[in-house]
Amino acid sequence: MICLPTPDAALVARRAEIVRALRGLVCKDNVIDDDVRLAAYETDALTAYRQRPLAVALPESTAEVAAILRYAAREGVKVVPRGAGTSLSGGAIPAADAIVVGVGKFNRILDVDYANRCVVAQSGVTNLAISHAVAAEGFYYAPDPSSQIACTIGGNVAENSGGVHCLKYGLTTNNVLGLELVTPEGDVVRLGGKHLDSGGYDLLGLIVGSEGLLGIVTEVTVRILRRPETARALLIGFDAVESAGACVAAVIAAGITPAGMEMMDAPAIHAAEAFVGVGYPLDVAALLIVELDGPAVEVDLLVERVATIARANGAKYERASASERERLAFWAGRKAAFPAVGRISPDYYCMDGTIPRRELPRVLGAIAAMSERFQLRVANVFHAGDGNLHPLILYDANVPGELDRAEAFGAEILKLCVDTGGVLTGEHGVGIEKRDLMTYQFADSDLEVQHRIKHAFDPDVRFNPGKVFPTLRRCAEQGREHVHSGSERFPDLPRF
Amino acid sequence: MSTASTTAPGAIATRALRPRDAADVAEIVATHPRALEPVGGGALRGVGHELDADVLALDALEGLVAYEPEELVLSALAGTPLAAIERELAACAQRLAFEPPDFGALLGVARPRTIGGVIAANLAGSRRVSAGAARDHFLGCEAVTGRGERFKAGGRVVKNVTGYDVPKLLAGSWGTLAVLTAVTLRVAPLPETERTLVVPSATADDAVIVMSAALGSPHDVSAAAFDVERGCVLRLEGFAASVDAREAALARMLRGVGSTESKGAGTPGREPAVPRADIATLGAVESRALWAAIGGAAALAPWPVVWRISVPPTDAPRVLAALAPERYLLDWGGGLIFAAFSSVDGARVRGALREGHATLFKAPREARAANAVFHPQPPALTLASRRVKHAFDPAGRLSPGRLG
Repeated sequence: MICLPTPDAALVARRAEIVRALRGLVCKDNVIDDDVRLAAYETDALTAYRQRPLAVALPESTAEVAAILRYAAREGVKVVPRGAGTSLSGGAIPAADAIVVGVGKFNRILDVDYANRCVVAQSGVTNLAISHAVAAEGFYYAPDPSSQIACTIGGNVAENSGGVHCLKYGLTTNNVLGLELVTPEGDVVRLGGKHLDSGGYDLLGLIVGSEGLLGIVTEVTVRILRRPETARALLIGFDAVESAGACVAAVIAAGITPAGMEMMDAPAIHAAEAFVGVGYPLDVAALLIVELDGPAVEVDLLVERVATIARANGAKYERASASERERLAFWAGRKAAFPAVGRISPDYYCMDGTIPRRELPRVLGAIAAMSERFQLRVANVFHAGDGNLHPLILYDANVPGELDRAEAFGAEILKLCVDTGGVLTGEHGVGIEKRDLMTYQFADSDLEVQHRIKHAFDPDVRFNPGKVFPTLRRCAEQGREHVHSGSERFPDLPRF
Repeated sequence: MSTASTTAPGAIATRALRPRDAADVAEIVATHPRALEPVGGGALRGVGHELDADVLALDALEGLVAYEPEELVLSALAGTPLAAIERELAACAQRLAFEPPDFGALLGVARPRTIGGVIAANLAGSRRVSAGAARDHFLGCEAVTGRGERFKAGGRVVKNVTGYDVPKLLAGSWGTLAVLTAVTLRVAPLPETERTLVVPSATADDAVIVMSAALGSPHDVSAAAFDVERGCVLRLEGFAASVDAREAALARMLRGVGSTESKGAGTPGREPAVPRADIATLGAVESRALWAAIGGAAALAPWPVVWRISVPPTDAPRVLAALAPERYLLDWGGGLIFAAFSSVDGARVRGALREGHATLFKAPREARAANAVFHPQPPALTLASRRVKHAFDPAGRLSPGRLG
């Protein structure tokens, strides 16, 4: 049970005045204060929590964002930035005494520059729209979070989003060249651009992944890549998770960097196969999907090498895609793993820790033991190449106590990730979800440095309050309203 | 710890403090009465202003903490010589993907580079354009703030979004925010082989078109540079069979890319019919030597003044025309200019840039003292940077004035 910050009653009481002021700064219709339309902004993809904000402002230009933020700074109004609201960690959940500033109207691609291999887009453009804009010339934007059809590039910057291909192509931070940022005080700064590296402190690197705590991003310059000539995938089944883990290590040791290397355990395989029926083997304990991309000669060579490594590590099932259709079918099950699990359980809770790869068998063993102890089932999908684990804890929110048990189970998994030398979150962000676990990974002195950075940008601590950092207050029962299966947000979004 | 008075030839007299470990570093930073200049091996001390500070020599913080080849991760104490790390990596057929450049020849300094110094300067070589900078491979660290407090940031795994990305901020901060005591880096497999295509090209305009076409091709070009005395050089790395195939395909494509067409000629997918004969190939040994020299801009060593300028690649020809350097190199597909002169004219160099930044990378001491070595920033950024500095080092004890 995570608590949202206790609202400042004085700010809540000023709601009408704040709404009036916002209507003077942006087009009247772009300020939302009626309950019906506000409902759409109450939560993000961490739907167990919701909170109605004071109001929502949807500015249409950087100047409007700056005007809103200058007003908010002057009047001490708190601000929650928002992209598409697909955060899995509650990064975009509003606060009762804050306004939401959404970048939904920042939806234009401003510049496509093939010679310099970059795209300049407003921050509300979706991740996938960038790849679509350059697809005809054979280019794409590499980071591919599972919500890419809906999530915004500004939100990707805030969360430093990953995806299945970041093993080879990096996270958002490795693919962003420049930003336009409006600071909490309303100053507009440009960081980076079409050139590489910073002439001063790498504030661009700091802003990426700062979860909306340091300002609002209005424009993003990203690096685009030429699409690889070809891609093929292998499905490899093992009798034991240990063998699959050893195979992953051997592939890396052979100097091969697959475009993606995913693992599923038996419950995840069965759920996915029952859902999409793509022909996954059902008699294996672990299934690897290894994707190789690049020139056709190289891909064919590496498919052979990976297959040889797999056999040496005791693979009992092995299939290489012979066509693009087959490659996509291999992925279809993996990409449907989350909704597939949703079919076998009323609710699930998705975790996101990272561990050193070699710890995989031990961690999966420990998770199985926890599953017994908490009396909750779990299915594991795993970005095996980079050690990013996504255990899905199955529960039923209508059974009293199960959500609390699921959350306690999840917290224990994340602590185990830290114990093995890993981290609390690999790609979903801290948000409100893992906020109170930060003290498990970081000492007070480590967090103090981060607090001071926050204060350097936001001295009044008005931006995205209650996120990322542990709050001193303990929880009172407030603010949580669970959304049951069938009514979750973005039911159509793949999650992987 | 130990202290000694040192006066390097031509340098201002400073006291050197030599902590044994991170706890020592914290104690010195917390208690030392004067400002401190963290120094690894001293290879880059000649870049930037000379400081009125005592030297905090970190060479005793030496040694690998952990190297796990199968995890592609290496941790080392900050004062560990880069050469030692590169040896360890090579023994396991791995390397640092960002190709830290050796500026020893350019700067006329024969001091060892340390891993902490490489990170603190965020200097990347020719592979920057395909594999990222030092900051992109810097996963985590232990460090000491200007207040003398030890802290850790980041982690030891590649995929990590827990809290602010403080390592990014420390990479390239030139020792002005915190003293790095240990660093964790992502490492990469060594390729089976490498080869370099040498494409005849006479002008920067033409070279940038060729390099843009090559880097925008599906042939995985890992580096693209131009030296007017040599032509365009394009590096291919990877598995031998793949390099063979890409070499042939890239050469075929480039024979159709030429400068007599309009600017759009370099756009991938369109191949103007201008023949470009005589594309030569360098084998692995020659290729490696060539790129070591390019990364370190060794060819510009005879000049007293060298600027290191980062621009959008297609803007490089315009900038070069405005600057008219006596000698120059282009790297990063045109995005990095090394420009050599006999004297400093900072206003002219920086005035020529529409976007990007120029560092007075090499210049005589008096010239450095009289000029902004690092690129001046606009007011809003200056303010943000000053606040960040204050957050780490409120009393201005670490390398004061270094980034000026």
